[in-house]
Amino acid sequence: MSDTPPAGPTGQIPGGDGDNALEFRDPEKAEAIADRLAELADNVSDPPATIMHVCGSHEQSIAKFGLRSMLPDSVRLIMGPGCPVCITNMPEVDEAVALAEAGVTVATYGDMLKVPGTTKSLDDARAEGADVRVVYSAADAAEIAEEEDGEVVFFATGFETTAAPTASVILNNPPENFSVLSSHKYVPPAMEIVAEMPDTDIQGYLAAGNAAIITGSGIFEGIVDEHDLPVVVGGFEPLDILAGITKLVEMIGNDEAAVENAYPRCVTEEGNQQAQQQLWEVFETEDGEWRGIADIPDANLVLRDEYAEWDARARFDIETAHLRDESAARLADDCICGDIMSGKAEPTDCEMFGEECTPDDPVGACMVSSEGTCKIWHEYGGHPDI
Amino acid sequence: MKIMCLGVPGEVKSVEGVQATVDFWGVEKEVRLDTVDSPVEPGDYILNHVGFAIRRIPDDEIDETMALYESFMNEDPDDLLAEDVMDEIESGGTVPAGSAGGLAADEEEPADEEDAEDLLEELDINV
Repeated sequence: MSDTPPAGPTGQIPGGDGDNALEFRDPEKAEAIADRLAELADNVSDPPATIMHVCGSHEQSIAKFGLRSMLPDSVRLIMGPGCPVCITNMPEVDEAVALAEAGVTVATYGDMLKVPGTTKSLDDARAEGADVRVVYSAADAAEIAEEEDGEVVFFATGFETTAAPTASVILNNPPENFSVLSSHKYVPPAMEIVAEMPDTDIQGYLAAGNAAIITGSGIFEGIVDEHDLPVVVGGFEPLDILAGITKLVEMIGNDEAAVENAYPRCVTEEGNQQAQQQLWEVFETEDGEWRGIADIPDANLVLRDEYAEWDARARFDIETAHLRDESAARLADDCICGDIMSGKAEPTDCEMFGEECTPDDPVGACMVSSEGTCKIWHEYGGHPDI
Repeated sequence: MKIMCLGVPGEVKSVEGVQATVDFWGVEKEVRLDTVDSPVEPGDYILNHVGFAIRRIPDDEIDETMALYESFMNEDPDDLLAEDVMDEIESGGTVPAGSAGGLAADEEEPADEEDAEDLLEELDINV
C-alpha cells in the first residue's frame, strides 16, 4: 500500500471532537478498503483520477463521514450536477413567480421557495401576497386543486425520481383547474455534457443509487459507450461509497469502460419498469439550459402534446419580461455555482462562500438546497476533505 | 417537503386501490402505489419518495434498511442528512392517537459485516 490516509483508519470525521465523531459501522473493513484503494490508485496512469458523483445525498454522506480523507492523493472526488434544485434555471423560476403574481396558486416542493429567479424567488412573491403553497408531493398539489376554485399550478422540479410521480398524477385524472409547470430534468444527458468538458476531465462516474432504482443501471450503458469511461452505481452507506470508488479506480487503472452495479441490494439493470413507463408516457425530452452549466440537449423533461391540457405553458400565456431585469441580479454574476456543478471549481474557490452567500441569505442555488454542494460544505465546516 | 433523492422506508398498514397508509417510525402518511412495480400488501415495506412508493423492499432486506436509516438519524440528528430524512418522514404525515410517534432511538445494528463482504465479493475487490 502507499499513503496512509490522514484520518481514515479510525473512521471518524476529521476534526470531529470526541462527542460527535462518527464511527463507521465497521472501521476495520473501511480501512481495508482504503488500503486496497490506495494500491489500485498506483495503477492510475494519469493522476489524479477524477471521479464525479451526481447526487446530493452522496455528497451529504461523503461530507458527514469524512470519506475524502480516506482517498489517496491520486484520487479526486467531486460533485457534479446532482442537486435538482440547483440546476433549475432562473427563467423557469421566473415563470413560476409570474404565474403566482398573476393570481394563480403555485404549489411546489419546499426547497424551491428560496431559489433565486432573475430578480425574485417564490418566497419573495409570497411575501408580496401571492398564493404560493409548499407541498410534500405532486399528489398533494392535485388535492389543493380539488379544494380550490381557481387555477393551481404545480411547479414540478427534480430528476427522474420526482418526474415519475408527477407523471403518475397526470395519468390519474387530476382536476381541470390543475396543471404542471415542468422543470423536471433528465440526468444522463447532463452527465454526457459534463464528461466532455475539458476543464473537468472526468475519468469515472459514481451514479446515484436511488435514482437508478427507477432508471436501472442499464441506462448508463450509453455514457460508457459514448465517452469511454466507467460508471459505477453506488449506495449511500460509507462502505457502499468507498467500495464504489474503489471499483472505479480499479477500472480506471485497467482502462476499462463498463457499467458496474455497486448497489445490487436495491438496483437492477432494468429498473422500475412501471415508473419508467409512466414517465415516458407523459414526458419527452427537450434541449434546455441547466443553471450555470450549459444548454444541454435532451435534458429537460416537458409534457408531450397528448398531455398539453395539463401543461401550464400551454394553458397560460406566461409573461416574464418584467422579471428579467438583469441589472437587478446584484451578485449573481459573481456566483460560480455552475462551475461548481460541472466540477471545475469548489465552493471554497468562491469569494462569496460563507460571506455574502450563506444558507440564510443565499446568492446562488447551490447554497439554498440541502443537496447543494455549497450548503453541504458550509454545514460541514467549509472543506470536508481536509 | 424537499426533493430528497434518498427516499425513506416505511411499513404498509392498509391499502385502498393505488393509495396506501404507511407507517414511518410512528408517523402515518398516504403513499401512492402506482409507481411501484410489484404488488404491495399490508405488512410489506416500501421505499417512499415524495409520497410515491418507488420500490417494495424484499422481506430479507427490511431489517437492514430500517437500521441504516435509524443510524443516519441517531448518530447526529442535527446534520443535513439526518434532517433531510426526518423532514421527509414528518412532511405531510400525521401521528395517530395513542402512538408515541416521532423517531424513537433504536439500538438495532445496521448493515452487518456480511453485507459488506457480499458487496466486495460482487465487485471483485480483494481486501
